[in-house]
Amino acid sequence: MNQAALARLWAIIVKEMWAVLRDPHARLVLIVPPVLQLFLFAFASTLEVKNINVAVYDRDNGAWSQEFVQRLAGSPNVQHIVPVHSPAELAHAIDYREVIAAVSFDQRFSADIAAGRPATVQVILDGRRSNASQIVNGYLERIVADIGAGIRPAAGRPPGQSIVSHWFNPNLDYLWFTMPALVVIISTVSGLSVTAQAIARERELGTFDQLMVSPLRVHEILIGKMVPPLIVGLANATLYTILIPTVFGVPLTGSIPLFYIALVFYMLALIGVGLLISALAATQQQAFLGMFLTSVPAILLSGYASPVDNMPGWLRIIAQADPPKHFLIISEGVFLKAMPARDILANTWPLVLIAAVTLTAASLLFRSRME
Amino acid sequence: MTTPESRRRFRALLVKESLQIMRDPSTFLIAFLLPLLLLFLFGYGVSLDTARTRIGLAVEDSSAPALGLASAFRGSRWFAVTESRSVARLKRDLVADRIRGIVVIPQDFGRQVARGGGDIQVITDASLPNTASFVAAYAEGVRATWAAGQATDDGARAPAPPVSLSARFWFNPELASRYFLVPGSIAIVMTMIGTLLTALVVAREWERGTMEALMATPVGMGEFLATKVIPYFLLGLGSMAVCTLLAILLFGVPFRGSPLALLVIASAFLVPALGQGLLISAATRNQFVASQIALITAFLPAMLLSGFIFEISSMPKVIQALTYAVPARYLIPPLQTVFVTGDLWGLFLRNIAVLLGFGALFFTLAFRATRRRVA
Repeated sequence: MNQAALARLWAIIVKEMWAVLRDPHARLVLIVPPVLQLFLFAFASTLEVKNINVAVYDRDNGAWSQEFVQRLAGSPNVQHIVPVHSPAELAHAIDYREVIAAVSFDQRFSADIAAGRPATVQVILDGRRSNASQIVNGYLERIVADIGAGIRPAAGRPPGQSIVSHWFNPNLDYLWFTMPALVVIISTVSGLSVTAQAIARERELGTFDQLMVSPLRVHEILIGKMVPPLIVGLANATLYTILIPTVFGVPLTGSIPLFYIALVFYMLALIGVGLLISALAATQQQAFLGMFLTSVPAILLSGYASPVDNMPGWLRIIAQADPPKHFLIISEGVFLKAMPARDILANTWPLVLIAAVTLTAASLLFRSRME
Repeated sequence: MTTPESRRRFRALLVKESLQIMRDPSTFLIAFLLPLLLLFLFGYGVSLDTARTRIGLAVEDSSAPALGLASAFRGSRWFAVTESRSVARLKRDLVADRIRGIVVIPQDFGRQVARGGGDIQVITDASLPNTASFVAAYAEGVRATWAAGQATDDGARAPAPPVSLSARFWFNPELASRYFLVPGSIAIVMTMIGTLLTALVVAREWERGTMEALMATPVGMGEFLATKVIPYFLLGLGSMAVCTLLAILLFGVPFRGSPLALLVIASAFLVPALGQGLLISAATRNQFVASQIALITAFLPAMLLSGFIFEISSMPKVIQALTYAVPARYLIPPLQTVFVTGDLWGLFLRNIAVLLGFGALFFTLAFRATRRRVA
C-alpha cells in the first residue's frame, strides 16, 4: 500500500469517527444506555422466585397443618401468607394474582398423620406463570419432605445419595451467568446500530454521492465505515470487562488477550451484518428497523434467553449462523471457566467464517449500488 | 370545532397520514414481519421447558449394580448420555461446552450398595445456573428411582412417605412456557408499533421540517396529533389481531376470554404507548436519538420490567418501584389472563384505568412539548 492510499484511508477513518462522535446527543446515546443496561439487567433479570404470597385454606386446623404453615411462613422466599376460608375465596386469590400458589389441607390431615396413614397436601398453582410456579412447587415439596423426615426419619428413602458439585459457579448465582452474556449483548446492539446507520445516513443526507466522486476506492470507504463501530464496540466491551469483576464480583478467570482476539472477529462478523443492512436500506428509518429486526432474533437465538439445547433441531442449525451464539460460549468460558485456547479457537473460527461471508457480501452489494 | 369544513380537513389529513404509512415498506416490515418473527421465536426458539440435556457418564465400577444404574441413566428421557472411561476427558468436554454435567459412578459403588449405601458423584456446568439445578435434581431422580427399584427387588418394599404433595397447575396443566411467552410477545409487538415506530416516524417529520409546515395550516393542535396517532392505533390493533390468530392457530395457546375484552385491553395499552412515542419525537426531533431513547424507555422495560419473563416480586425493591412506571407492567397480567384464564373484568378494569392514566399524562406532556417547539 503506498503513501497516498494510506493518507486517504486515514482521512476517511478520521471523518467517520467525527461523524459518529460529533453530535452531543449521539455521544450521550453511545455511553449512557450501555451503563444503564448493565445495572438494569444485573438486577432485573433474575429467574429466582422470591417474596411470593401463598394462600392457605386450612380445614384441618390441626397440629400438622399449623406446622406446615409455620415452616412456610419461615421460608425466606415467602412474603405473606393469605388465609382463605372457602374454595371460592381460594380461586379468587389465584385468579386475581394475589397469590401464586394456594395450599389446602382437608379435615383429616393431622389425624391421618397421627394415625400413620399417608396424608396429602393439596396445592394449586398459577399456571399463567408456569415457570415461576414450578419453582414455587419445588419450595413446597421441600417443606413436605422436611416434615416427612421429622415424622419418620429416613422414611421411604432409598439408600445412597448424589454428591453434587456445581463447577464454575458454586452458589448457582444467576448474576454470574447474566454478566458475561451482557458483554455479548451490548457489543451486538452498539456495534450493529452504529454500522447500520453508516451508509444509510449518508444516502439520506445526500453526501453519499460526494464520497463516490472522491478519489477514495470502494474498499477504503468500507474500511472507513468499519472502524467507528469496531472502536465503539471494543470500548463498550472493555468498560463491561472492567466493571463486571470489580463492581459485580463475577470472576474473570480466562485469558484476556484471547478474549480480545475473539472479540475483534466477533465485531467484524457483526459489522458485516450491519453493513449489509445499511447497504440495503434507503433511509435511516429502514436501517434502524432492519437493525432491530436482526438484533432481536440474534440475541434470542444466542442462548442468552434460553439454552440453545432446548430449541428444535432446525432452529439449532440456524443458530450456528448467529454470531452471538458462538461469542456467548467464549464470553461465559473466559469469565467463568478459564477456557483454554483450544476451546476459544474452536468457537472463534465460525466467527471468522461469518465475518468473511458477510463482509464479502456487503462489499459486493456496496459495489453494485455504486454503479 | 365540528364544522363541515374542519371535518373535511380532519379526514383529508387522516387519509394523508394513512397513505404515508402504507406506502413506506418499513412500516409493513415492523407491523407484520416483526410480529411474525417474534412470535415464531418465542413460540419455537425461546423455550424454558428443558429438553434432553447432554451429560457425560463415567462408570468406574464393573459390578452389577453399577452397570444397572448406568443403563438407567442411558434409558432416562431427561438425558442424552456420552460415555467415557476417563473423567478427565469429560471434564474437558464440560469446559468446552459440549456437555452440561458429569455423572460419576465410583469404583467402589458395587461394594457400597452391598453395604446399604451407594453414592454417585454429580458435577454440573453452573455457568448456566438453571440447567445446573436441573441436572443435579434429575440425576438424583434417576439414582433414587433406580435405588427404590433395587429395594423392591430385594423384597424390602419402601413404605409410602407419611406426607406427600399433590400439585395442580391451573390454566396450564402441561406447563408449556409458550402459554405465557406468546401472549407476552404481543405486548412487545404493540410497544414496538406504538412507541418505537411512532417516535421514529414523527421524529423524521421534525427533522425534515414538514412538521412545522403542517402546523402552519389552520389545523388545530388536537386534531393534528389525532391524525398522527389514529393510523398507528389501527396498525397496532391489526398487528395484535394477526398475532392473536397465530398464537391460537399455530401455537395452540388457548383463548378463554372474549375478543371484546382483548380489544379493550389492547386499545387501552396503545394509548400510553402512542403518547410516549409522540413525546419522545417532540422532545428529541432527531431520528437516531429518538430511536435509542425509545429502545431504552419503552422496549427494554417492556422486556425486562413488565413481569413478562422475570418475576417482579423477585427484583430488588428499587427496581420493583421502577416497574410501577412501566405501562407494559399493567398490560401483561390482563393479557395473560384473557388468553389462558378467561374474562376477569375486575382485574382488567383495574389495569386499564392505570393505563389510561399513563396515556393522559403522556399526551398532555406531548401536547406541551409540541406547542413549545412551535411557539
